[in-house]
Amino acid sequence: MINMAPEGGDIRTIGMDGLDLRIELLSNNLSVRGALATLIGELRQHDLTEDDLGSVELVMAEVLNNVVEHAYGMRDGGQIEIRGRKGDTWLRFDVLDDGESMPDLQVPASHEADLTVPVDDLPEGGFGWFLIRQMTDELTYQRKDGRNFLQLKLPLS
Amino acid sequence: MKLSSKIEGNAQIIVAQDPRIDASVAIQFKDQMKAETDQSSGRVILDLSQVDFIDSSGLGAIVASMKQMAAACKLELAGLTPTVEKVFRLTRMDTIFAIHTSVEAALDQHGA
Repeated sequence: MINMAPEGGDIRTIGMDGLDLRIELLSNNLSVRGALATLIGELRQHDLTEDDLGSVELVMAEVLNNVVEHAYGMRDGGQIEIRGRKGDTWLRFDVLDDGESMPDLQVPASHEADLTVPVDDLPEGGFGWFLIRQMTDELTYQRKDGRNFLQLKLPLS
Repeated sequence: MKLSSKIEGNAQIIVAQDPRIDASVAIQFKDQMKAETDQSSGRVILDLSQVDFIDSSGLGAIVASMKQMAAACKLELAGLTPTVEKVFRLTRMDTIFAIHTSVEAALDQHGA
């Protein structure tokens, strides 16, 4: 099964039987948009609440943006694979890429931003991992055979 | 990234007309906000009611837009849809901006 992303990029959707799904995409912002649309479109058929769909889209946007910007350093041509499975109360995603490993081979630490600073000093970035941790129950990273494996578990309402 | 701008009473209303402010368009959003607010003074209300989704890049661009406005200006937000509201709430950026349910509510509040 091959789906072309509505806004371009190269998305391939494989194996959508039951509650298992796999999406392959090229590493760029437009492909990420397409993959998110495909993912949410599929999950919408599995009775998720709008709130849960919003959380999934947000978490996966942050994870995929990280792969595009950091694993592949905004370079063209990288491949990303998303695998998803669903249980009654959870969703699990694996995100695989062939880019650079995470620094120190672990998920970056994150903390709430200090918002008591003057306006000029407010942070404009660094929210991504914080948001990912807020919305996942489990988050693990492994480097194997030159590939990054990020595993996430999200609770469902 | 489409923005429209108009004056209503004592406020400048900027409507974000794209459904997503994400990594694809965050920089354009910030640059266009700068163009729209370079000469602004007083209240600037950003109407986000047509925006279904922002990610952390979009959030950063909205914060940057506020920071690049003159000190005399105040950037307020209106019409946050559920996922957008979630991003502001989880990061506690909802404590930094005045947030209104709609542009009408924002204008009513100040009797404009």
